[in-house]
This record gives sequence, structure tokens and C-alpha cells, in this order.
Amino acid sequence: MIRLSIPLRQALARLSLPVLIAAAFGAMLLGKADALLVERARMALADALSPIWGAVQQPFSALRDTVSEAETLWKLRGENARLVEENERLRRWQATALALEAENALLRRQLSWVPEPAPQFRTARVVADAGGTYARAVLLAAGPQHHIRKGQVALDERGFAGRVTEVGNRSARVLLATDINSRIPVTLEGSRARAIMVGSNMARPRLQHWPEGTTPREGDRVVTSAQAGAFPAGLPVGVVRWSESGAAEVELFAQLERLDVLRLFDFGLSGILPPEAVARPEPRTPGRR
Amino acid sequence: MDIKGRPEPPMGLLRRLDAGARAGFPACFTAFLIILAAVPVGAPGLIQALALPGIFFWTIFRPAAMPAPVVFLLGLLQDLLSFAPLGAGVLTLLVVHGVALRWREVLVRQSFLAAWLIFCAFAAGAAGLGWALEAVLGWHLPPTTPGLTQFGVSVGLYPMLAWVLTRLHTAMRRAELAL
Repeated sequence: MIRLSIPLRQALARLSLPVLIAAAFGAMLLGKADALLVERARMALADALSPIWGAVQQPFSALRDTVSEAETLWKLRGENARLVEENERLRRWQATALALEAENALLRRQLSWVPEPAPQFRTARVVADAGGTYARAVLLAAGPQHHIRKGQVALDERGFAGRVTEVGNRSARVLLATDINSRIPVTLEGSRARAIMVGSNMARPRLQHWPEGTTPREGDRVVTSAQAGAFPAGLPVGVVRWSESGAAEVELFAQLERLDVLRLFDFGLSGILPPEAVARPEPRTPGRR
Repeated sequence: MDIKGRPEPPMGLLRRLDAGARAGFPACFTAFLIILAAVPVGAPGLIQALALPGIFFWTIFRPAAMPAPVVFLLGLLQDLLSFAPLGAGVLTLLVVHGVALRWREVLVRQSFLAAWLIFCAFAAGAAGLGWALEAVLGWHLPPTTPGLTQFGVSVGLYPMLAWVLTRLHTAMRRAELAL
């Protein structure tokens, strides 16, 4: 160990705080200048820590399961009555659906319809809530030889949850639809109008840029749009709700506040370009609006 | 052959391990809390809310075990684990550390309640600084609710954390005095 004289050591100790504050500013500049490096460091750290989180997660999920089990038992009776009523209703819908299916098959036989291939998907467990105060994202644990890639679409058991934004060796990060950076092209199912769903770090993302004259209606179903080539059309997203302040919001089907597993779909779409590839938008073809 | 007195034996291995563990404990414990806070339990801003009381407490009561480089590394860990812009958390924690160290003489003599109230001011300052840095680095006005949440969670967690840390600190001091 190097022996330093006491005054020198005191001077070094007094100097270390300003130097480190300067280093913090340096880190900020570095984070702005080389986002890729920071991203890589984040993923390396997450890769290293994901086994720990996986282990710690288990007692938490066991506790949560117990609590939700107790809640379910508590509400069983009311739930049952509701289900009976809903079952009645669904039976009627089933009849309608079967009739429509038969009609659809009949009509398809008369056209040369090419059926869409069934999409591939894999399921991954959510191990950590990677979002901080200002972001909504989750970290997925994946096996060492996963085939997750950027831009894949993540759905929970009910509907659209988010998109894979970063991929490490054994983990992947999913940016949720509620994050402030999230922009999802959607279609309003009632009017077939297109709109953009913009995250705001709140529970309900907002709707923006709907066409003139077709205001979203309360309770309208919202599905993804194939507009930018980033998503397939028709994935269930949520329901339109007008907030008290008069903004159109989407109540998501997905339960983003308690994600356990996510299904990652590979639709083989390459609509999302990496940021470094976006130099300028492609010129518009005159035929399209 | 003249007889010389044997020099005093150097510190034994066990005692050195013991001292090392005591010196390294505050930093390791804080890092452990930060890592644990990333597990999804549904509380936003928990990472920042746990890092701040730890650094505040150890800076006041055991500054030798929480020097500025350690604060820097803990801030880096916090920024990498949360989605915050790199450097913002580092700067916030370093400023808190620096101010707490400057006023240490006064702060160390405060009662628990007074320390809590002072910590509230620190947490408010940290949340405000974090908000401002987020605004400057992202070049947009971030919503104020997450900052307020972070402030509330960290102020609410402080008594519990400080109670545990005070116990640990007195146990460590007793062990040091016994040597």
C-alpha cells in the first residue's frame, strides 16, 4: 500500500468530491453522446443480475399468488353470478360467431383468399421492473439461446403490452405501451379510423392524430394497425375512455401493473428501423396519401 | 546474543477480516438494497427511494465507510438499473453526500424526529434536482407526479430504514469499542 503524507491525503480527500461531480457530468455527456455504450452496459448488468432477480422473484410471486387467491375466494359468489350472466350472453354471441364463420367460409371459397400464416411465439418470464421513475419497461429472463430480437411484439394473456427494445444474451427489455416514448399505430374498430396511441407514463395512454370528423367514441375497441409495417393488424389493445379533462385515452386490456409472463410474437415484420438507420424518410410515392 | 523484545504481532487475520467487513458493510448493504428494489413489486421509483436514505444515513454516521467514490459507484448502479438517464442519479447522490458531509457536525447531534425532517428536505431537494436533470437531459418537461411519488416513498421508508441502520450502527460501534 502506498504511504502518503497526512496533508496530501487530506487534500486528496477534499478534492475527490469535486472530481467525482465532474465525472458525473462526464457520465451524462457520455450517456447523451454514446447511447449504445450505455445500453450495452445496462444489458450486461441486467444479464449478470437476472439470476438473482429470478430467485428473489419467487417468494414475491408466491406471496402475491396467496393474496390474490384469498381475494378470489372472497369474491367467488358475486363472480359466479356474473359469470352465469356472461355465459348466457356469450352463448348468444357464439351462435352469431358460428353463423358468421360458416358464412365467411362460404364466401372465402368463392374468392382466391390466401390464409395468413400462424405467427410464431415464445413465452418469457418477467423478472424485473426495469423502469425507473420516468419510464415504464420490464426485463424478461430468456434462456441463453433465445431467438428474441428487437421489435418483437409482446402480449400478455389479454392483449398488447409492449415491444422489445433491447436484447442481451440472457435477458431482453420490453418497453411498455404506457411509457412516454411509446407510439403505437392503432385502428378504432368502430369507425376503422387510424390513430396513434401515445404513452404518458400513466396507466392509460392517450389517443392522438385521429382523422378529422371521426372522434373516438367511448367504449370503442382499439386494435393495432398494420400501417407502419411494425405490427400486424388487429391485435387487441384496449377500449377508448374519455377522461374527465376531455382527453381520449385507451384503457388497455393488458394488466401492465402485474405482468408475470409475456408472449413474444415474431410476425417477421421489419417496420421498425434501428435509430442509426433512420437518416431521412423515404420519398413518398405519389399514389399514396 | 542479546535478547530483543518481540515486536507486537500484526493484526490477526480474523480481526482484519472483521474490520474489513465492518468497513465494507454500509456500501454493500446499500448496493444490495438497490438491486433488491429492482424486483417488480409494483412500487415505482423504489430504487431511488432506497438509495437516498442509505447514503444519507451512512454519510452522517459512518463517513469513513461511505466515501465519495463509493457514492459515485452506487449512483452508477442506480442509474444503470433504473431507466434514468446516466449520470443524473450519480450527481443527485453526490450532491446529497457532499451537503450531508458538510453539515455532519450538526446533523449527527439531531434527534430522530429532527433527522427525519431534515431528511425530508434532502429528499425534496433530490427529487427536484432529479426532475430538473431529467428535463435538461431529455429536453422535455417531465411530469411531476413520479418525482412526488419518489419523494413520498423515500420519506415514508426512512424511519424504518433508519431504525434498522441505527441498530446495525450501534452494534458495529459496540464491537469496535470491545476490541
